[in-house]
Amino acid sequence: MSDQNARGGRDGRGTRLVTPGASLGASEGRRIGHGVVENEGQLIAVKLGALIENEEEVSVIPSHTRYTPRPGDLVIGVVEAVQSNLWFLDINAPFNALLPMSLGPGKAEFGGARNVLNVGNTVLCRIQEVDETHSSVVTMKGLGLRRIDSGIVEAIPPHLMQSLFSDSNVLKSLKSSTDCRIILADNGRMWVDGDSKSMSNVISKLEQIRAMSRDFSSLESMVEILQTEVY
Amino acid sequence: MGGYGDVQMIDENGIRVDGRTAGEIRPVSINAGIIPVADGSAEVIWGTNHVIAAVYGPMEAHPRKIQKQDRAVLDVRYNMAPFSTTDRIRPGFNRRSREISKVTAEALESVVLTELYPRSKIRVEIEVITAEAGTRCAGITAASVALADAGIPMTDMVISVASGKINGVVVCDLNKEEDNYGEADLPMGVCANSGELVFLQMDGDLSPEEFQIAWDYNMEAIAPVHEMMIDALKRSNGGDE
Repeated sequence: MSDQNARGGRDGRGTRLVTPGASLGASEGRRIGHGVVENEGQLIAVKLGALIENEEEVSVIPSHTRYTPRPGDLVIGVVEAVQSNLWFLDINAPFNALLPMSLGPGKAEFGGARNVLNVGNTVLCRIQEVDETHSSVVTMKGLGLRRIDSGIVEAIPPHLMQSLFSDSNVLKSLKSSTDCRIILADNGRMWVDGDSKSMSNVISKLEQIRAMSRDFSSLESMVEILQTEVY
Repeated sequence: MGGYGDVQMIDENGIRVDGRTAGEIRPVSINAGIIPVADGSAEVIWGTNHVIAAVYGPMEAHPRKIQKQDRAVLDVRYNMAPFSTTDRIRPGFNRRSREISKVTAEALESVVLTELYPRSKIRVEIEVITAEAGTRCAGITAASVALADAGIPMTDMVISVASGKINGVVVCDLNKEEDNYGEADLPMGVCANSGELVFLQMDGDLSPEEFQIAWDYNMEAIAPVHEMMIDALKRSNGGDE
């Protein structure tokens, strides 16, 4: 499959935008993907977004969504509350994630959690488990997982993560063109570190992306912005 | 609702005080994505009514006692701005706004897939900037567009229209005078694609025949408003169709 086909029509050209309740035809012989439900033999879109149809699957890429945690996701969290033996992290999802002391960074004694991570600290962690009510537990035990003490954290609309960065070259060229260290987390956050001029270049690129984030027809332009060399 | 004495609000040719025919609705304009900080938002200008709806969430439901273990709760707040009518409205909740918030939440719960977000809350704020009769209908329609704009999964979109009776004649989409001095009012909320009824209230008296006419007027008004909702969502999301 060519790279263009791999995007499955998400490049904006010929994208058909569907609204909730739109009929997508008979369900027979078609697999139901994201944003689609079946009702009495008919497929119905349940989200506003771009319709992706290929031989076997029908799905809708939403034009706006909240991050839904999945086990194994790399996320950037911000400590929102501390208890004696655990931390509550804002991971950009509907619910805060729990970071138990046993999965936290280094050694902390019971009651001394605040000495290790305090409210407002930013951490790079991984989703350990998610239960059926969408509550999640994160871990900082793993290669590269740590407290973030430098740089800035910027937001990217979660629904664009897949479309923009499915091609790893996009992130590579963003790093090389801006001369910044960048970590892209799955929860719509990006850690950027470098000198102030380089970081401001990344910030201005991401501001443009956020301004265009709802327009499916500008996906190609967004990729272009990320890959453009900065002088 | 006691009628308006001798004042003629519809002439012998079936033309109403604002020049509309009995089955005609007021001019409607809908825009989506008007509040950048909200997850989803919409503006409905329906005649002189101007209603803005904003959606935030899904988010953790607070206080915890309102959480449902198997689904999200829709926290709808309908409010009329103090300057929205000629008589100043006292700010804050009142009996009417509580009632409209409740029926709006129940109408929207019929289409929102709340079971996908257990223990969460979806906050829907409806603010009436200018009121001219039919604000609950405009509010439900605006909230429906705002929910879609926020990416909340829904099986359909709800459109609300009201018909009523003036001088013994059933008419669609009452304006302020018709609403104040008319004999009946029948607001309805209908799913745009399936045609399912999700909200119905009736104020005043309608005979079964008049009820049927009012029902038909409301059902006929759904399709053009639905087109406008789709158009608004496509305009704000870069759709090409």
